[in-house]
Amino acid sequence: MTALTGLTIAEAARGLAAKSFSARELAEAHLDAIAAARDLNAFICETPDVALDRADAADARRAAGGALGPLDGIPIAVKDLFCTEGVPTTAGSHILNGFVPPYESTVTANLRQAGAVMLGKANLDEFAMGSANITSHYGPVKNPWGPRDGRDLVPGGSSGGSAAAVSARLALGATGTDTGGSIRQPASFCGIVGLKPTYGRCSRYGIIAFASSLDQAGPMTRTVGDAALMLAAMAGHDARDSTSAPLAVPDFAAALDGSLRGLKIGIPKEYRIDGMAAEIGALWDKGMAWLEAAGAEVKAVSLPHTRYALATYYIIAPAEASSNLARYDGVRYGLRVDGATLDEMYMNTRGQGFGTEVRRRVLIGTYVLSAGYYDAYYLKAQKVRALIAADFREAFREVDVILTPTAPSDAFAIGERMDDPVTMYLNDVFTVPTSLAGLPGISVPAGLSARGLPLGLQLIGRPFDELTVLKAARAIEDAAGFPAGPPTP
Amino acid sequence: MPLDHATVRTIAQLARIRIPDEDMEGLAGELSTILAWVEQLREVDTEAVAPMTSGTDRVLSLRDDVVTDGGMRDAILANAPEVVDGFFAVPKVVE
Repeated sequence: MTALTGLTIAEAARGLAAKSFSARELAEAHLDAIAAARDLNAFICETPDVALDRADAADARRAAGGALGPLDGIPIAVKDLFCTEGVPTTAGSHILNGFVPPYESTVTANLRQAGAVMLGKANLDEFAMGSANITSHYGPVKNPWGPRDGRDLVPGGSSGGSAAAVSARLALGATGTDTGGSIRQPASFCGIVGLKPTYGRCSRYGIIAFASSLDQAGPMTRTVGDAALMLAAMAGHDARDSTSAPLAVPDFAAALDGSLRGLKIGIPKEYRIDGMAAEIGALWDKGMAWLEAAGAEVKAVSLPHTRYALATYYIIAPAEASSNLARYDGVRYGLRVDGATLDEMYMNTRGQGFGTEVRRRVLIGTYVLSAGYYDAYYLKAQKVRALIAADFREAFREVDVILTPTAPSDAFAIGERMDDPVTMYLNDVFTVPTSLAGLPGISVPAGLSARGLPLGLQLIGRPFDELTVLKAARAIEDAAGFPAGPPTP
Repeated sequence: MPLDHATVRTIAQLARIRIPDEDMEGLAGELSTILAWVEQLREVDTEAVAPMTSGTDRVLSLRDDVVTDGGMRDAILANAPEVVDGFFAVPKVVE
Protein backbone atom coordinates (compact mmCIF):
# COMPACT_ATOMS: atom_id res chain seq x y z
CA MET A 1 0.00 0.00 0.00
CA THR A 2 3.09 2.24 -0.04
CA ALA A 3 1.96 3.62 -3.36
CA LEU A 4 -1.23 5.10 -1.88
CA THR A 5 0.58 6.92 0.92
CA GLY A 6 3.04 8.42 -1.57
CA LEU A 7 0.37 10.25 -3.58
CA THR A 8 -0.25 13.98 -3.48
CA ILE A 9 -3.76 15.17 -2.61
CA ALA A 10 -4.34 16.08 -6.26
CA GLU A 11 -3.22 12.62 -7.43
CA ALA A 12 -5.31 10.85 -4.78
CA ALA A 13 -8.37 12.90 -5.78
CA ARG A 14 -7.89 11.80 -9.39
CA GLY A 15 -7.47 8.16 -8.31
CA LEU A 16 -10.64 8.29 -6.22
CA ALA A 17 -12.54 9.90 -9.10
CA ALA A 18 -11.31 7.19 -11.49
CA LYS A 19 -12.25 4.54 -8.91
CA SER A 20 -8.68 3.18 -9.01
CA PHE A 21 -9.00 2.74 -5.24
CA SER A 22 -11.57 3.55 -2.58
CA ALA A 23 -11.45 6.13 0.19
CA ARG A 24 -11.50 3.21 2.63
CA GLU A 25 -8.38 1.68 1.01
CA LEU A 26 -6.70 5.08 1.10
CA ALA A 27 -7.58 5.54 4.79
CA GLU A 28 -6.46 2.02 5.68
CA ALA A 29 -3.10 2.50 3.96
CA HIS A 30 -2.51 5.60 6.06
CA LEU A 31 -3.73 4.02 9.32
CA ASP A 32 -1.27 1.17 8.70
CA ALA A 33 1.53 3.66 8.05
CA ILE A 34 0.69 5.51 11.28
CA ALA A 35 0.76 2.25 13.26
CA ALA A 36 4.15 1.39 11.77
CA ALA A 37 5.63 4.81 12.58
CA ARG A 38 4.54 5.28 16.22
CA ASP A 39 8.20 5.80 17.11
CA LEU A 40 7.95 9.30 15.59
CA ASN A 41 5.28 10.23 18.20
CA ALA A 42 3.55 12.36 15.56
CA PHE A 43 0.05 11.67 16.92
CA ILE A 44 -1.37 12.21 20.39
CA CYS A 45 -4.59 10.41 19.53
CA GLU A 46 -5.24 8.16 16.54
CA THR A 47 -8.86 8.04 15.36
CA PRO A 48 -9.16 4.94 13.13
CA ASP A 49 -12.91 4.54 13.76
CA VAL A 50 -13.64 8.13 12.78
CA ALA A 51 -11.38 7.75 9.73
CA LEU A 52 -13.02 4.57 8.44
CA ASP A 53 -16.56 5.91 9.06
CA ARG A 54 -15.80 9.06 7.09
CA ALA A 55 -14.00 7.12 4.36
CA ASP A 56 -17.01 4.81 3.98
CA ALA A 57 -19.31 7.83 3.82
CA ALA A 58 -17.08 9.31 1.08
CA ASP A 59 -17.20 6.04 -0.87
CA ALA A 60 -21.01 5.92 -0.51
CA ARG A 61 -21.34 9.50 -1.78
CA ARG A 62 -19.14 8.73 -4.76
CA ALA A 63 -21.01 5.52 -5.56
CA ALA A 64 -24.25 7.54 -5.55
CA GLY A 65 -22.72 10.10 -7.92
CA GLY A 66 -22.50 12.81 -5.26
CA ALA A 67 -18.77 13.24 -4.59
CA LEU A 68 -18.09 16.58 -2.90
CA GLY A 69 -14.89 17.84 -4.52
CA PRO A 70 -11.13 17.37 -4.45
CA LEU A 71 -10.91 16.69 -0.69
CA ASP A 72 -13.70 14.09 -0.57
CA GLY A 73 -12.12 10.96 0.92
CA ILE A 74 -8.67 12.54 1.48
CA PRO A 75 -7.01 11.43 4.75
CA ILE A 76 -5.53 14.22 6.85
CA ALA A 77 -4.03 14.82 10.28
CA VAL A 78 -5.46 17.50 12.54
CA LYS A 79 -3.19 19.45 14.89
CA ASP A 80 -4.42 18.75 18.41
CA LEU A 81 -5.16 22.43 18.93
CA PHE A 82 -8.41 22.23 16.93
CA CYS A 83 -11.46 21.22 18.95
CA THR A 84 -13.02 18.10 17.46
CA GLU A 85 -16.47 17.02 18.60
CA GLY A 86 -16.36 13.83 20.66
CA VAL A 87 -12.59 13.37 20.13
CA PRO A 88 -10.17 14.26 22.97
CA THR A 89 -8.36 17.57 22.43
CA THR A 90 -5.27 18.29 24.53
CA ALA A 91 -3.32 21.26 23.12
CA GLY A 92 -0.33 19.13 24.17
CA SER A 93 -1.02 20.15 27.77
CA HIS A 94 -1.62 18.21 30.96
CA ILE A 95 -4.10 20.89 32.04
CA LEU A 96 -6.63 19.76 29.41
CA ASN A 97 -6.44 16.19 30.72
CA GLY A 98 -9.60 14.29 29.73
CA PHE A 99 -11.18 17.19 27.79
CA VAL A 100 -13.57 16.05 25.06
CA PRO A 101 -14.98 19.04 23.17
CA PRO A 102 -18.76 19.07 22.66
CA TYR A 103 -18.26 21.11 19.46
CA GLU A 104 -16.14 21.25 16.31
CA SER A 105 -13.80 24.07 15.23
CA THR A 106 -14.91 25.89 12.10
CA VAL A 107 -11.79 24.92 10.11
CA THR A 108 -12.15 21.20 10.85
CA ALA A 109 -15.92 21.43 10.27
CA ASN A 110 -15.19 23.01 6.87
CA LEU A 111 -12.73 20.22 6.02
CA ARG A 112 -15.26 17.61 7.13
CA GLN A 113 -17.90 19.33 5.04
CA ALA A 114 -15.53 18.98 2.07
CA GLY A 115 -15.25 15.25 2.75
CA ALA A 116 -11.78 15.11 4.34
CA VAL A 117 -11.09 12.06 6.51
CA MET A 118 -9.51 12.70 9.95
CA LEU A 119 -6.82 10.13 10.81
CA GLY A 120 -5.96 11.49 14.24
CA LYS A 121 -4.83 14.43 16.34
CA ALA A 122 -1.24 15.49 15.72
CA ASN A 123 1.28 16.25 18.46
CA LEU A 124 2.38 19.84 19.06
CA ASP A 125 4.22 22.07 21.49
CA GLU A 126 2.13 22.73 24.61
CA PHE A 127 -0.47 25.38 23.70
CA ALA A 128 1.53 25.85 20.45
CA MET A 129 4.37 27.51 22.42
CA GLY A 130 7.64 26.26 21.01
CA SER A 131 9.85 25.90 17.95
CA ALA A 132 10.98 22.27 18.33
CA ASN A 133 7.96 20.27 19.52
CA ILE A 134 9.80 19.46 22.74
CA THR A 135 7.34 21.14 25.13
CA SER A 136 4.43 18.72 24.55
CA HIS A 137 3.15 16.93 27.65
CA TYR A 138 2.93 13.89 25.35
CA GLY A 139 6.64 13.87 24.54
CA PRO A 140 8.80 15.16 21.70
CA VAL A 141 8.16 14.36 18.03
CA LYS A 142 11.01 13.01 15.91
CA ASN A 143 11.83 14.47 12.53
CA PRO A 144 11.46 11.69 9.89
CA TRP A 145 14.64 13.02 8.19
CA GLY A 146 16.70 12.05 11.24
CA PRO A 147 18.63 10.79 13.01
CA ARG A 148 21.97 12.49 12.31
CA ASP A 149 25.20 11.53 14.08
CA GLY A 150 23.23 9.12 16.25
CA ARG A 151 20.83 11.78 17.56
CA ASP A 152 17.14 12.24 16.83
CA LEU A 153 16.23 15.59 15.29
CA VAL A 154 13.38 17.96 16.13
CA PRO A 155 10.65 18.45 13.49
CA GLY A 156 10.37 22.14 14.38
CA GLY A 157 7.32 23.55 16.08
CA SER A 158 4.81 24.13 17.19
CA SER A 159 3.04 22.12 14.44
CA GLY A 160 5.73 19.43 14.65
CA GLY A 161 3.43 16.39 14.65
CA SER A 162 1.58 17.73 11.60
CA ALA A 163 4.85 18.34 9.73
CA ALA A 164 6.32 14.95 10.66
CA ALA A 165 3.09 13.15 9.66
CA VAL A 166 2.97 14.77 6.21
CA SER A 167 6.70 14.32 5.61
CA ALA A 168 6.70 10.63 6.68
CA ARG A 169 3.70 9.79 4.45
CA LEU A 170 1.34 9.22 7.40
CA ALA A 171 -1.19 11.72 6.01
CA LEU A 172 -1.70 13.44 2.67
CA GLY A 173 -2.02 16.80 4.41
CA ALA A 174 -2.45 18.29 7.86
CA THR A 175 -3.84 21.34 9.55
CA GLY A 176 -1.40 23.54 11.38
CA THR A 177 -1.60 26.82 13.24
CA ASP A 178 0.94 29.61 13.10
CA THR A 179 1.37 32.36 15.69
CA GLY A 180 5.03 33.30 15.05
CA GLY A 181 6.17 30.63 12.58
CA SER A 182 4.55 27.43 13.84
CA ILE A 183 3.48 26.26 10.37
CA ARG A 184 6.39 27.60 8.30
CA GLN A 185 9.39 26.64 10.48
CA PRO A 186 8.39 22.95 10.92
CA ALA A 187 7.56 22.82 7.21
CA SER A 188 11.12 23.98 6.49
CA PHE A 189 12.64 21.44 8.94
CA CYS A 190 10.59 18.51 7.53
CA GLY A 191 10.81 19.35 3.82
CA ILE A 192 7.13 20.09 3.20
CA VAL A 193 4.99 23.08 2.19
CA GLY A 194 3.43 25.14 5.00
CA LEU A 195 1.15 28.12 4.40
CA LYS A 196 0.16 30.67 7.01
CA PRO A 197 -2.71 32.59 5.44
CA THR A 198 -3.54 36.25 6.05
CA TYR A 199 -4.86 36.91 9.55
CA GLY A 200 -8.64 36.60 9.17
CA ARG A 201 -8.61 34.21 6.20
CA CYS A 202 -9.44 31.14 8.34
CA SER A 203 -11.79 31.26 11.31
CA ARG A 204 -10.21 30.91 14.74
CA TYR A 205 -13.45 29.57 16.25
CA GLY A 206 -12.73 26.34 18.11
CA ILE A 207 -8.93 26.65 17.86
CA ILE A 208 -7.52 26.68 21.38
CA ALA A 209 -6.26 30.24 21.72
CA PHE A 210 -2.59 31.16 22.24
CA ALA A 211 -2.22 34.79 21.07
CA SER A 212 -5.47 35.91 19.50
CA SER A 213 -4.15 38.81 17.42
CA LEU A 214 -1.61 36.47 15.76
CA ASP A 215 -3.07 32.93 15.64
CA GLN A 216 -3.99 31.68 12.18
CA ALA A 217 -4.73 28.19 10.81
CA GLY A 218 -3.26 26.92 7.56
CA PRO A 219 -2.46 23.83 5.48
CA MET A 220 0.68 21.67 5.60
CA THR A 221 1.13 19.52 2.50
CA ARG A 222 3.73 17.97 0.22
CA THR A 223 3.09 20.28 -2.74
CA VAL A 224 2.10 23.89 -3.36
CA GLY A 225 -0.89 22.69 -5.39
CA ASP A 226 -2.12 20.62 -2.44
CA ALA A 227 -1.78 23.63 -0.12
CA ALA A 228 -3.99 25.58 -2.52
CA LEU A 229 -6.62 22.82 -2.50
CA MET A 230 -6.60 22.50 1.27
CA LEU A 231 -6.65 26.23 1.97
CA ALA A 232 -9.72 26.66 -0.24
CA ALA A 233 -11.57 24.13 1.92
CA MET A 234 -10.36 25.54 5.27
CA ALA A 235 -10.93 29.26 4.62
CA GLY A 236 -14.01 31.43 4.58
CA HIS A 237 -15.98 33.93 6.61
CA ASP A 238 -17.39 32.75 9.92
CA ALA A 239 -19.79 34.83 11.99
CA ARG A 240 -18.47 33.10 15.12
CA ASP A 241 -15.04 34.75 14.76
CA SER A 242 -15.35 38.54 14.73
CA THR A 243 -11.91 38.88 13.11
CA SER A 244 -12.77 36.50 10.27
CA ALA A 245 -12.74 38.39 6.96
CA PRO A 246 -16.05 38.61 5.07
CA LEU A 247 -14.33 37.90 1.75
CA ALA A 248 -14.97 35.32 -0.94
CA VAL A 249 -12.39 32.51 -1.12
CA PRO A 250 -10.70 32.40 -4.54
CA ASP A 251 -10.17 29.13 -6.41
CA PHE A 252 -6.47 29.14 -5.52
CA ALA A 253 -5.59 25.89 -7.30
CA ALA A 254 -7.06 27.01 -10.63
CA ALA A 255 -4.78 30.03 -10.93
CA LEU A 256 -1.41 28.63 -9.90
CA ASP A 257 0.21 28.02 -13.24
CA GLY A 258 1.56 30.54 -15.62
CA SER A 259 4.43 32.88 -16.03
CA LEU A 260 5.66 35.22 -13.32
CA ARG A 261 6.36 37.85 -15.97
CA GLY A 262 5.97 41.32 -14.53
CA LEU A 263 5.93 40.09 -10.95
CA LYS A 264 8.25 42.07 -8.65
CA ILE A 265 10.05 40.12 -5.92
CA GLY A 266 11.42 42.03 -2.92
CA ILE A 267 14.62 41.00 -1.14
CA PRO A 268 14.80 42.63 2.31
CA LYS A 269 18.42 43.42 3.09
CA GLU A 270 17.79 43.29 6.85
CA TYR A 271 17.19 39.52 6.62
CA ARG A 272 20.85 38.92 5.78
CA ILE A 273 21.57 38.69 9.50
CA ASP A 274 24.98 38.62 11.16
CA GLY A 275 26.37 35.12 11.32
CA MET A 276 23.88 33.72 8.81
CA ALA A 277 24.95 30.23 7.73
CA ALA A 278 26.55 30.36 4.27
CA GLU A 279 24.29 27.59 2.97
CA ILE A 280 21.17 29.58 3.98
CA GLY A 281 22.43 32.64 2.12
CA ALA A 282 23.35 30.53 -0.91
CA LEU A 283 19.89 28.95 -1.05
CA TRP A 284 18.30 32.39 -0.84
CA ASP A 285 20.43 33.51 -3.82
CA LYS A 286 19.30 30.42 -5.74
CA GLY A 287 15.68 31.28 -4.99
CA MET A 288 16.17 34.73 -6.51
CA ALA A 289 17.72 33.21 -9.63
CA TRP A 290 14.86 30.70 -10.00
CA LEU A 291 12.21 33.43 -9.76
CA GLU A 292 14.11 35.59 -12.27
CA ALA A 293 14.31 32.63 -14.64
CA ALA A 294 10.54 32.25 -14.29
CA GLY A 295 10.08 35.82 -15.50
CA ALA A 296 9.98 37.83 -12.27
CA GLU A 297 12.03 40.91 -11.49
CA VAL A 298 14.07 40.89 -8.28
CA LYS A 299 14.42 44.16 -6.32
CA ALA A 300 16.03 45.15 -3.04
CA VAL A 301 13.64 46.43 -0.37
CA SER A 302 14.13 47.60 3.19
CA LEU A 303 12.22 46.50 6.29
CA PRO A 304 14.12 48.63 8.81
CA HIS A 305 12.41 47.46 12.02
CA THR A 306 13.02 43.75 11.38
CA ARG A 307 15.60 43.47 14.16
CA TYR A 308 13.00 44.43 16.76
CA ALA A 309 10.38 41.88 15.67
CA LEU A 310 11.38 39.04 17.99
CA ALA A 311 11.44 41.18 21.13
CA THR A 312 8.10 42.70 20.12
CA TYR A 313 6.62 39.25 19.60
CA TYR A 314 7.93 37.96 22.92
CA ILE A 315 6.04 40.72 24.71
CA ILE A 316 2.78 40.62 22.73
CA ALA A 317 2.34 36.85 22.41
CA PRO A 318 2.95 36.06 26.12
CA ALA A 319 0.70 38.98 27.14
CA GLU A 320 -2.16 37.63 25.05
CA ALA A 321 -1.39 34.08 26.22
CA SER A 322 -1.52 35.04 29.90
CA SER A 323 -4.99 36.41 29.30
CA ASN A 324 -6.21 33.51 27.13
CA LEU A 325 -4.85 30.85 29.49
CA ALA A 326 -6.57 32.38 32.52
CA ARG A 327 -9.55 30.15 31.66
CA TYR A 328 -7.73 26.99 32.81
CA ASP A 329 -8.80 27.13 36.42
CA GLY A 330 -9.78 23.55 37.28
CA VAL A 331 -13.49 24.43 37.35
CA ARG A 332 -15.03 23.84 33.94
CA TYR A 333 -12.84 21.33 32.13
CA GLY A 334 -9.57 19.45 32.32
CA LEU A 335 -7.30 18.92 35.27
CA ARG A 336 -8.21 19.87 38.85
CA VAL A 337 -5.69 19.59 41.71
CA ASP A 338 -7.50 20.10 45.00
CA GLY A 339 -6.66 22.80 47.53
CA ALA A 340 -8.11 24.01 50.82
CA THR A 341 -9.45 27.23 49.29
CA LEU A 342 -10.57 28.27 45.82
CA ASP A 343 -7.32 30.21 45.30
CA GLU A 344 -5.20 27.26 46.39
CA MET A 345 -7.12 24.99 44.04
CA TYR A 346 -6.40 27.43 41.17
CA MET A 347 -2.71 27.67 42.06
CA ASN A 348 -2.24 23.92 42.48
CA THR A 349 -4.09 23.12 39.26
CA ARG A 350 -2.17 25.67 37.18
CA GLY A 351 1.12 24.87 38.93
CA GLN A 352 0.88 21.19 37.99
CA GLY A 353 -1.08 21.55 34.76
CA PHE A 354 1.23 23.90 32.84
CA GLY A 355 4.67 22.84 31.61
CA THR A 356 7.76 25.00 32.08
CA GLU A 357 7.63 26.94 28.77
CA VAL A 358 3.93 27.77 29.16
CA ARG A 359 4.54 28.79 32.78
CA ARG A 360 7.39 31.09 31.71
CA ARG A 361 5.28 32.77 29.06
CA VAL A 362 2.23 33.22 31.31
CA LEU A 363 4.48 34.82 33.94
CA ILE A 364 6.17 37.12 31.40
CA GLY A 365 2.75 38.05 30.03
CA THR A 366 1.39 38.73 33.50
CA TYR A 367 4.41 40.92 34.28
CA VAL A 368 4.27 43.04 31.11
CA LEU A 369 0.53 43.63 31.60
CA SER A 370 0.80 44.44 35.31
CA ALA A 371 0.31 47.90 36.81
CA GLY A 372 3.43 50.01 36.39
CA TYR A 373 4.88 47.95 33.52
CA TYR A 374 2.06 48.00 30.96
CA ASP A 375 3.22 51.16 29.16
CA ALA A 376 6.93 50.34 29.27
CA TYR A 377 6.53 46.85 27.81
CA TYR A 378 3.12 46.04 26.32
CA LEU A 379 2.15 49.43 24.89
CA LYS A 380 5.70 49.95 23.64
CA ALA A 381 5.59 46.58 21.85
CA GLN A 382 2.24 47.43 20.24
CA LYS A 383 3.80 50.63 18.87
CA VAL A 384 6.85 48.84 17.48
CA ARG A 385 4.45 46.29 15.96
CA ALA A 386 2.77 49.18 14.12
CA LEU A 387 6.19 50.21 12.73
CA ILE A 388 6.92 46.65 11.57
CA ALA A 389 3.55 46.48 9.79
CA ALA A 390 4.22 49.89 8.21
CA ASP A 391 7.59 48.65 6.89
CA PHE A 392 5.79 45.91 4.97
CA ARG A 393 3.11 48.31 3.63
CA GLU A 394 5.89 50.54 2.34
CA ALA A 395 7.75 47.62 0.72
CA PHE A 396 4.57 46.35 -0.96
CA ARG A 397 4.28 49.68 -2.81
CA GLU A 398 7.38 48.57 -4.72
CA VAL A 399 7.05 44.79 -4.95
CA ASP A 400 4.35 42.08 -5.12
CA VAL A 401 5.93 39.41 -2.99
CA ILE A 402 8.94 39.16 -0.66
CA LEU A 403 11.45 36.28 -0.65
CA THR A 404 13.42 35.29 2.46
CA PRO A 405 14.79 32.13 4.08
CA THR A 406 12.24 30.42 6.36
CA ALA A 407 14.55 29.53 9.24
CA PRO A 408 18.17 30.33 10.14
CA SER A 409 19.24 26.66 10.15
CA ASP A 410 18.26 23.10 9.32
CA ALA A 411 16.73 20.78 11.96
CA PHE A 412 18.75 20.45 15.18
CA ALA A 413 18.94 17.57 17.63
CA ILE A 414 16.38 17.00 20.38
CA GLY A 415 17.90 18.57 23.50
CA GLU A 416 19.95 21.23 21.68
CA ARG A 417 19.44 25.02 22.03
CA MET A 418 17.98 24.69 25.47
CA ASP A 419 20.64 26.71 27.31
CA ASP A 420 18.23 29.60 27.75
CA PRO A 421 14.78 30.44 26.34
CA VAL A 422 16.04 33.25 24.09
CA THR A 423 18.32 30.88 22.11
CA MET A 424 15.25 28.84 21.15
CA TYR A 425 13.26 31.99 20.29
CA LEU A 426 15.83 32.94 17.59
CA ASN A 427 14.48 30.14 15.38
CA ASP A 428 11.57 32.38 14.48
CA VAL A 429 13.61 35.41 13.40
CA PHE A 430 12.41 35.26 9.76
CA THR A 431 8.79 34.21 10.38
CA VAL A 432 7.74 36.45 13.28
CA PRO A 433 7.65 39.78 11.36
CA THR A 434 5.07 38.38 8.89
CA SER A 435 2.93 37.22 11.80
CA LEU A 436 3.07 40.58 13.54
CA ALA A 437 1.96 42.27 10.30
CA GLY A 438 -0.83 39.71 9.75
CA LEU A 439 0.43 38.85 6.24
CA PRO A 440 0.31 35.56 4.32
CA GLY A 441 3.56 33.57 4.26
CA ILE A 442 4.52 30.20 2.86
CA SER A 443 7.52 27.95 3.34
CA VAL A 444 8.41 25.87 0.30
CA PRO A 445 11.12 23.18 0.36
CA ALA A 446 14.00 24.47 -1.75
CA GLY A 447 17.10 22.44 -1.04
CA LEU A 448 19.17 20.31 1.29
CA SER A 449 21.79 21.42 3.80
CA ALA A 450 25.32 20.03 3.84
CA ARG A 451 24.00 17.39 6.26
CA GLY A 452 21.30 16.38 3.76
CA LEU A 453 18.44 17.99 5.70
CA PRO A 454 15.61 20.10 4.24
CA LEU A 455 15.76 23.88 3.98
CA GLY A 456 12.81 26.07 3.05
CA LEU A 457 12.40 29.46 1.45
CA GLN A 458 9.65 31.83 2.58
CA LEU A 459 7.44 33.97 0.36
CA ILE A 460 5.42 36.79 1.94
CA GLY A 461 2.51 38.56 0.27
CA ARG A 462 0.07 41.44 0.61
CA PRO A 463 -3.00 40.94 2.81
CA PHE A 464 -5.36 38.36 1.26
CA ASP A 465 -3.07 37.83 -1.72
CA GLU A 466 -2.31 34.17 -0.97
CA LEU A 467 -2.71 33.57 -4.71
CA THR A 468 0.46 35.47 -5.68
CA VAL A 469 2.34 33.83 -2.80
CA LEU A 470 1.25 30.39 -4.04
CA LYS A 471 2.16 31.21 -7.66
CA ALA A 472 5.67 32.31 -6.72
CA ALA A 473 6.02 29.27 -4.42
CA ARG A 474 5.01 27.01 -7.31
CA ALA A 475 7.81 28.48 -9.43
CA ILE A 476 10.35 27.71 -6.69
CA GLU A 477 8.93 24.21 -6.26
CA ASP A 478 9.25 23.57 -10.01
CA ALA A 479 12.83 24.84 -10.13
CA ALA A 480 14.11 23.29 -6.89
CA GLY A 481 13.47 19.64 -7.76
CA PHE A 482 13.25 18.86 -4.06
CA PRO A 483 13.38 15.12 -3.20
CA ALA A 484 10.00 13.44 -2.85
CA GLY A 485 10.55 12.65 0.83
CA PRO A 486 12.92 11.59 3.56
CA PRO A 487 15.21 8.67 2.71
CA THR A 488 13.40 5.48 3.70
CA PRO A 489 15.30 3.38 6.22
CA MET B 1 17.08 44.79 36.26
CA PRO B 2 16.98 41.14 37.37
CA LEU B 3 13.78 39.99 39.05
CA ASP B 4 14.13 39.02 42.70
CA HIS B 5 12.30 36.09 44.22
CA ALA B 6 9.71 38.30 45.89
CA THR B 7 8.76 39.84 42.53
CA VAL B 8 8.51 36.41 40.89
CA ARG B 9 6.26 35.29 43.78
CA THR B 10 4.02 38.32 43.25
CA ILE B 11 3.71 37.66 39.51
CA ALA B 12 3.03 33.98 40.16
CA GLN B 13 0.33 34.95 42.66
CA LEU B 14 -1.28 37.27 40.07
CA ALA B 15 -1.14 34.44 37.50
CA ARG B 16 -2.39 31.89 40.09
CA ILE B 17 0.49 29.48 39.45
CA ARG B 18 2.12 27.62 42.35
CA ILE B 19 5.91 27.66 41.94
CA PRO B 20 7.81 24.96 43.85
CA ASP B 21 10.69 26.43 45.90
CA GLU B 22 13.27 24.39 44.00
CA ASP B 23 12.20 26.03 40.70
CA MET B 24 12.47 29.59 41.97
CA GLU B 25 16.16 30.27 41.35
CA GLY B 26 16.14 28.99 37.77
CA LEU B 27 12.84 30.66 36.91
CA ALA B 28 13.90 34.07 38.24
CA GLY B 29 17.03 33.82 36.08
CA GLU B 30 15.11 32.85 32.92
CA LEU B 31 12.51 35.58 33.33
CA SER B 32 15.27 38.13 33.95
CA THR B 33 17.07 37.01 30.78
CA ILE B 34 13.91 37.42 28.70
CA LEU B 35 13.10 40.83 30.16
CA ALA B 36 16.68 42.07 29.67
CA TRP B 37 16.48 40.94 26.04
CA VAL B 38 13.17 42.71 25.27
CA GLU B 39 14.56 45.93 26.79
CA GLN B 40 16.10 46.58 23.35
CA LEU B 41 12.75 48.03 22.25
CA ARG B 42 13.53 51.15 24.31
CA GLU B 43 15.89 52.35 21.60
CA VAL B 44 13.05 52.57 19.03
CA ASP B 45 11.50 56.01 18.64
CA THR B 46 7.74 55.49 18.98
CA GLU B 47 6.89 59.06 19.93
CA ALA B 48 4.22 59.66 17.27
CA VAL B 49 3.22 56.03 16.66
CA ALA B 50 -0.27 54.72 17.41
CA PRO B 51 -0.25 51.20 18.90
CA MET B 52 -1.34 48.29 16.70
CA THR B 53 -3.95 46.55 18.81
CA SER B 54 -5.30 43.91 16.45
CA GLY B 55 -4.20 41.55 13.72
CA THR B 56 -6.55 43.30 11.31
CA ASP B 57 -7.41 46.93 10.56
CA ARG B 58 -10.91 45.89 9.56
CA VAL B 59 -13.73 47.36 11.67
CA LEU B 60 -15.18 44.36 13.46
CA SER B 61 -18.73 43.57 12.45
CA LEU B 62 -21.66 43.67 14.85
CA ARG B 63 -24.41 41.14 14.94
CA ASP B 64 -27.97 41.50 16.17
CA ASP B 65 -28.21 41.41 19.94
CA VAL B 66 -30.35 38.29 20.16
CA VAL B 67 -30.07 34.88 21.78
CA THR B 68 -28.52 32.45 19.26
CA ASP B 69 -27.67 29.51 21.44
CA GLY B 70 -28.44 27.81 24.72
CA GLY B 71 -30.30 24.98 26.38
CA MET B 72 -27.26 22.69 26.57
CA ARG B 73 -26.47 22.57 30.28
CA ASP B 74 -25.49 18.93 30.32
CA ALA B 75 -23.09 19.26 27.39
CA ILE B 76 -21.42 22.22 29.08
CA LEU B 77 -21.07 20.41 32.41
CA ALA B 78 -19.89 17.16 30.82
CA ASN B 79 -16.18 18.13 31.06
CA ALA B 80 -16.31 19.59 34.58
CA PRO B 81 -14.07 17.94 37.21
CA GLU B 82 -16.87 18.30 39.81
CA VAL B 83 -20.59 18.92 39.34
CA VAL B 84 -23.27 19.24 42.03
CA ASP B 85 -26.97 19.50 41.18
CA GLY B 86 -26.33 20.90 37.71
CA PHE B 87 -23.69 23.43 38.85
CA PHE B 88 -19.89 23.64 38.60
CA ALA B 89 -18.64 22.85 42.11
CA VAL B 90 -15.65 24.65 43.72
CA PRO B 91 -14.11 24.67 47.21
CA LYS B 92 -16.08 26.68 49.74
CA VAL B 93 -15.65 30.44 49.11
CA VAL B 94 -17.88 31.96 51.82
CA GLU B 95 -17.57 30.80 55.42
